[in-house]
Amino acid sequence: MADIRNNFVGIKSPNPFWLASAPPTDKAYNVIRAFKAGWGGVVWKTLGEEGPPVVNVNGPRYGAIWGADRRLLGLNNIELITDRDLQVNLREIKQVKKDWPDRAIVVSLMVPCVEEAWKAILPVVEETEADGIELNFGCPHGMSERGMGAAVGQVPEYIEMVVRWCKQNTRMPVITKLTPNITDVRKPARAAHAGGTDAVSLINTINSITGVDLDSFAPQPTIDGKGSHGGYCGPAVKPIAMNMVAEIARDPETHGLPISGIGGITTWRDAAEFMALGAGNVQVCTAAMTYGFKIVQEMIAGLENWMDEKGHASLDDIVGRATPNVTDWQYLNLNYVAKARIDQDACIKCGRCHIACEDTSHQAITAMVDGVRHFEVIEAECVGCNLCVNVCPVENCITMEPLAVGVMDQRTGKPVSPIYANWTTHPNNPMAKVAAE
Amino acid sequence: MPEGQFREGIAGGRLSADQYADNFSDLHPPLDHHEALVESDRCYFCYDAPCMNACPTSIDIPLFIRQISTGNPIGSAKTIFDQNILGGMCARVCPTETLCEEVCVREVAEGKPVQIGRLQRFATDVAMGENKQFYPRAEPTGKTVAVVGAGPAGLAAAHRLARHGHDVTILEARPKAGGLNEYGIAAYKSVDNFAQAEVDYVTAIGGIDIQNGKALGRDYQLSDLIRNYDAVFLGMGLGGVNALRADGEDADGVINAVEFIAELRQASDLSGLPVGRRVVVIGGGMTAIDAAVQSKLLGAEEVTICYRRGQEHMNASGFEQDLAAANGVTIRHWLQPKRVIADGGKVSAIELEYTAMNGDKLAGTGETLTLTADQVFKAIGQSFVPAALNGSGASIDLEAGRIKVDAEGRTSLAKVWAGGDCIFGGDDLTVSAVAQGRDAAESINRSLTQG
Repeated sequence: MADIRNNFVGIKSPNPFWLASAPPTDKAYNVIRAFKAGWGGVVWKTLGEEGPPVVNVNGPRYGAIWGADRRLLGLNNIELITDRDLQVNLREIKQVKKDWPDRAIVVSLMVPCVEEAWKAILPVVEETEADGIELNFGCPHGMSERGMGAAVGQVPEYIEMVVRWCKQNTRMPVITKLTPNITDVRKPARAAHAGGTDAVSLINTINSITGVDLDSFAPQPTIDGKGSHGGYCGPAVKPIAMNMVAEIARDPETHGLPISGIGGITTWRDAAEFMALGAGNVQVCTAAMTYGFKIVQEMIAGLENWMDEKGHASLDDIVGRATPNVTDWQYLNLNYVAKARIDQDACIKCGRCHIACEDTSHQAITAMVDGVRHFEVIEAECVGCNLCVNVCPVENCITMEPLAVGVMDQRTGKPVSPIYANWTTHPNNPMAKVAAE
Repeated sequence: MPEGQFREGIAGGRLSADQYADNFSDLHPPLDHHEALVESDRCYFCYDAPCMNACPTSIDIPLFIRQISTGNPIGSAKTIFDQNILGGMCARVCPTETLCEEVCVREVAEGKPVQIGRLQRFATDVAMGENKQFYPRAEPTGKTVAVVGAGPAGLAAAHRLARHGHDVTILEARPKAGGLNEYGIAAYKSVDNFAQAEVDYVTAIGGIDIQNGKALGRDYQLSDLIRNYDAVFLGMGLGGVNALRADGEDADGVINAVEFIAELRQASDLSGLPVGRRVVVIGGGMTAIDAAVQSKLLGAEEVTICYRRGQEHMNASGFEQDLAAANGVTIRHWLQPKRVIADGGKVSAIELEYTAMNGDKLAGTGETLTLTADQVFKAIGQSFVPAALNGSGASIDLEAGRIKVDAEGRTSLAKVWAGGDCIFGGDDLTVSAVAQGRDAAESINRSLTQG
């Protein structure tokens, strides 16, 4: 049986599935329910400094987009950090940690960007015996307007400075949560690393407007006729998050820095993909907010089954396994040739592959053969773009089949070369590196 | 003496009032807003969609479903009405299981097609509920067209002709317009007087004058129409009912199924409608099923359909056969009527003979079966009655007993077009009649506006 126990920067949990800092982790009641359901850990919803708690809007806090059958694909929120009293949160954290010693409890923090503020909050958190802290440098709305959250996360120098203050003022492991609302995620990651962070977690939510009410012409979610950009998360952001995780994992300056992966993780498969790209564990929010805490049971069993099937004994066997395969476009093998193939037994003849190819790509799929509705790849036209695979409603009906070395590519009239050759040496590249004479 | 269901002979009031209401409620209840959205999400928006090609009126089904899913049911209804102005009735009565839904790729993939018919009803109900009229009439042309019969073919033709600016007079023999939509559809397929609502919706375009109680050959002749109008469209359907060709079929209680169905549709109080305790229906098509199921719903204790060929030869769709079975109707095959047995002039039983294929010919085997019956419905097909056409003037060419038309619906007579069940080569479907009426109207319009 695969061992899915997780050790993330010394924080131990029975599985790699943590709940991200968000509404599901705002109070003991929810967190206890999560632990009962089987979650390995939680990042407690962000605490602010001592004093009057923040105030949330009283209208809608969330917006969403949906796919077919109203499956929630993306969720947006304009909720702020916890609006509960600091002392209440601290008491609850301490009690829950005492009652659930085998589960990870990390406390998310966001206080003003002055050292005294951090010096004040760190000892009181430490006193709860929580396992670590996560620095919320990502919250994109509200708090950022007050010089916190993403306002810090978008300035690498601030990140480095605050991380350093934390490392100097607490024994707890420090996880730095990064905002995706930047151009190059490697810069804030490098800054956190330079400040001495134990790990980074990403992504936080993406600035977004989920819709516009076409009667009132107001963005959604709409508060008394107005709307503000909120933080976007859920399955729709997963590809963006995975790229950012991979960028940090393969950056020589941050390679090896532990990463807690966040962004649209809904199933065991999503989690395994993040971990393969370099995440040491994962944090989940939207999936729990959509379906409830029980989803973790599918995640645990699915991950174990897959690891057993593939012979992966522990999480160390999978973390980062895909990282070396993430490369720059210029290093992709231009001599590799694949062609789409349609399984005629699986084909339900909807014709979407044909019309996608015909209207928007390479005219490489038939619609009619000998007067009969029939969809088949015309190899001489197929560039192997994969669009047909992506639009086909039947899984594995259309597959991309690599041509073996030596086989004639009917499109180019040339046999497939056995030689790996990329753009850096391609004759059409004016910057091509020519082998030394 | 036993009452209700077990009362001997032909009698009404076999059920409680509630049961009548329940039995004759909507067969396929309308989709509500949520159901319509869930169902519309299932459509794959196929290229050159098989459903669209299977529709005799070629409705752009993927487009109208997409319009429902994007919250545009009015636009969806227009997509439907562009091709089929009787899209509301077709949504209710089309045998979708042998047309669009049979070829839906979801049927191929999962055995569960998108419920195209019910989605079509959803969109058309929204538009008709708002009496949203999509088609302004063209400038008046001053041309007049006579349409014989206010059934699906005639209404579709009239609407299209009115759109083109022609003035249309529909001459209808029956007291109400609608044709088989009004008189020939099982009651649970068209509730709440939908057929009349649809006639009103279609004629709201203007320029269509329906004159009821005007029968061809009785009240006027075809030659009158040819003389008095610029063009004529014949859409009078089938007037005759095929005989059983069994001894004793003139006994009391042997009834044409189409008349029974019409009477049921026009009945204001179903409990007053008499039905036999034991009913035998002879035939294998939709009419047989409609008569049998409705007999059962009226409270008949025992209803048996007898069809002279095998299950695979029945014209009734698999869905209709299942519907009959689900309602407790027994369907028996390879039986042909031989003799109606009467007692005091009233049907008491029917003697049937088993049949078998003898080479490629159907023949009786000599073995017989007698079923007790106090009511026998004839549902072995209808026929075109050409006599009314040929009262005066040149006669019209027929083919296999029905009016011969070309691809545009033109008959052998100049200025005369035809469509619907009365023409040769049709398939006796409402939706096909609509297509024929529409296309003939386009042909008439071309003819009237050229030179």
